[in-house]
Amino acid sequence: MSSTATVSGQETTGPPRRRPAAAVRRVPRVVWLFLLIPLAIELAWVFWPAINSFSLSFTRWSGVGAAENVGLDNYRNLLDDPIFRTAAKNTVIWTIGFGGLSVLIGLALAVTLNRPRRGVGIYRSAIYLPMVFSLVVTGLFWRVLYQPDGAVNSTLEAIGLDGVSRQWLADPDTALYAVLVAAVWRQVGYIMVLYLAGLKGVDPSLEEAAAVDGASAWQRFRYVVFPQLRGVNTVVFAVTVIDSLRTFDIVWAMTRGGPYDSSQLLSTYMFQQGFTLVNLGYGSAIAVVIFLLAIGFIITYLVRATRED
Amino acid sequence: MAAPTAVGDTASVPPSPARTQAPRKRGWVFHAVMVPFTLLWVAPMAFVLLIAFRTFDDIASRGLGALPASFSLDGFTTALQDGSIGRALANSALVTVVGVVTTLFLASLAAFALSRYHIPFRRTILLGMLAGNLLPPQILLIPVAKITESLGIYDSLFALIVVQVGFGLGFYTFVLYGFMRAIPTEVFEAARVDGAGPTRIYARIVMPLSRPALAALAALATTWIFNDLIWAVTVLRTEDKFPITAALLNLQGGFVSNWNVVASGAVLAAVPTAIVFFAFQKHFVSGLLVGANK
Repeated sequence: MSSTATVSGQETTGPPRRRPAAAVRRVPRVVWLFLLIPLAIELAWVFWPAINSFSLSFTRWSGVGAAENVGLDNYRNLLDDPIFRTAAKNTVIWTIGFGGLSVLIGLALAVTLNRPRRGVGIYRSAIYLPMVFSLVVTGLFWRVLYQPDGAVNSTLEAIGLDGVSRQWLADPDTALYAVLVAAVWRQVGYIMVLYLAGLKGVDPSLEEAAAVDGASAWQRFRYVVFPQLRGVNTVVFAVTVIDSLRTFDIVWAMTRGGPYDSSQLLSTYMFQQGFTLVNLGYGSAIAVVIFLLAIGFIITYLVRATRED
Repeated sequence: MAAPTAVGDTASVPPSPARTQAPRKRGWVFHAVMVPFTLLWVAPMAFVLLIAFRTFDDIASRGLGALPASFSLDGFTTALQDGSIGRALANSALVTVVGVVTTLFLASLAAFALSRYHIPFRRTILLGMLAGNLLPPQILLIPVAKITESLGIYDSLFALIVVQVGFGLGFYTFVLYGFMRAIPTEVFEAARVDGAGPTRIYARIVMPLSRPALAALAALATTWIFNDLIWAVTVLRTEDKFPITAALLNLQGGFVSNWNVVASGAVLAAVPTAIVFFAFQKHFVSGLLVGANK
C-alpha cells in the first residue's frame, strides 16, 4: 500500500514501480475476452475473406457448384484483356491526377489559411464542407452540373468558350477527367486539414529568421517550411495512393466505368466482373492485383504509425 | 499520423509577432483571392440546391443551367415518397447508429486490453488489426458476399452492420490504443489498490477519460458508415433495405431527366452529414487528423 503512494508521485519508470507492473503481467481472463472478441470478428470478416480472395483467384467459379481450379489462367487472361489494361492505365492516371491536384490545391490553401485573420474560419469551413458528403452525393451533384444544359456548359458559354462545352460524362475522352474533378473537389478539404496540422509543427522563428535575411515568400516556403513538412508528406502520400486504389463509389455513381469502359478503374472493373458478370475467380484476380499495388503503401503507412507511437 | 492527444486544439494558433504587423495591403489581396475562390468552391452545392427547388416544367422548358423561375417542394416529396428516400434514410440511420456504437465499444475493449495489460505480441496484434483496415475492400468483397450467403444473413441490414464493424475495428482500436496509453499509470494503480477489477476500471476510469477520442472517432465513423456505398451493394439486394447511398443510385436510374427529384434526393442525403459536420466540426476535424487513412 505505502509503496504505491510513493510511486504515484513519480514520473519516470524506476525500481519502485516494478511491483504493480508485475501484478499487471498476469492478464485477467476477462481482459483476454476484451481482446479476443474484437480480434475474432476482425479475423473472420477481414483476414479470412482476404485469404479466400487469393485462393479464389486461381479458380473459375460462377458461385454455384464447385469452383474449378485453373491455376494462373485468370492472371494470364488479365494480360490479354484490353479492358483490364484500360482500367490499369486509368488507375495510374487517377492516382497521379487525384493525388497531385488535391495535394497541390490542399497544400496551397493550407499555407494561405494557416494564420489566423478575419474570415479564415469561414473560408476553411466552406472548403471542408464537400468532404462530409458521400462520394455518391458528390457524384450526383456533379452529374447534374455536367449535363449538356447544366451549369458547367452554361458557364463556359457565358464566358465565350462555347467551343469547349460538350457532354462531359458521355464523351469517352473526357469522362474520366470529369469524374476526377469531382473527386478532387471533395478531397481538397481533407488534404488541407492534414497540412494545416502539419504547419502547426513548423517552427515560426526559422521562417522569421529567413525573412529577416531577405528570403522571398516562395523561398521561405520552399527551403524553410516545406522540408519541415516531411512527416505529413509521407502520410498524405500513402493515404492518397491507398485512397486512389480504393476509389469506387464516385465512378460507380457517375459513369459506372463507361462510356465504353473509358472511365473504368481497377476497382470498378473488379466489381463488374465479380458482381455484375459473376466471374468470381476473374474478379478475385483483379482484387489481388489491387492488393499487390496497395501493399507497399500500406506498409509505408504502418511503419510511420509505429515510429510515431 | 498525429498523436490523438495532440490534435484537440486545431483552431488556435498563436499569432507570430512578425506576421501580425504585416501591411494592410496584403490582407486586401488575400480576400480578393479567397472570396471568388470560396464562391467557386460552394457554387456546385448552391447550384444543386437551386435545382432541387425548381419545378420539372421550369427545368424542362428553360434548361438546367438557367436561373430558377419557380419554387416548389415537388422534388423532395417525390424523392421521399416514390423514390423511397425516406425509408433509405431510416435504414442508413439504423445501420450508422448501431454500427458506430458497436464498433467503438468493441474497439475500446480491445484497445483497453492491449494498452493496459501485458498481452504477448501486443504490438504485432495492434499493427495487424490496423493493417486489416487499410486493405483495399475489393480484396474482401466476393468472399464477404459468399460468407453472408452461407450464414443466411445475405441481404439483411444485420449483415451490413457486421461487415462495417469488422472492417472498421482495426483502425478505431489503433487510435484508442494510442489515447489510452497516454493516460497516466498512477490512475490505474490507484484504482487497482482500491480493489477495482478490469471491468470496473474500464467502465469507470478508461471510458470517461477517453471521451475526447471517442467523440472524434464517433463523428468520423458516422460519416464513413453513413456515406458507404461499396459494402451496401456487396451484401444487399432488395431495394427496401438499401441505405441512402444505394437508394440514390436507384433514384437516378428511376427518375432519368427528372433532375429536380435527383437533386432533391442528393440534398436529402447530404443534409445529415452536413449537420454532423457543423455540430461537431472540431471533433470531426480532430478525428480526421487521427484518421489519416481515409
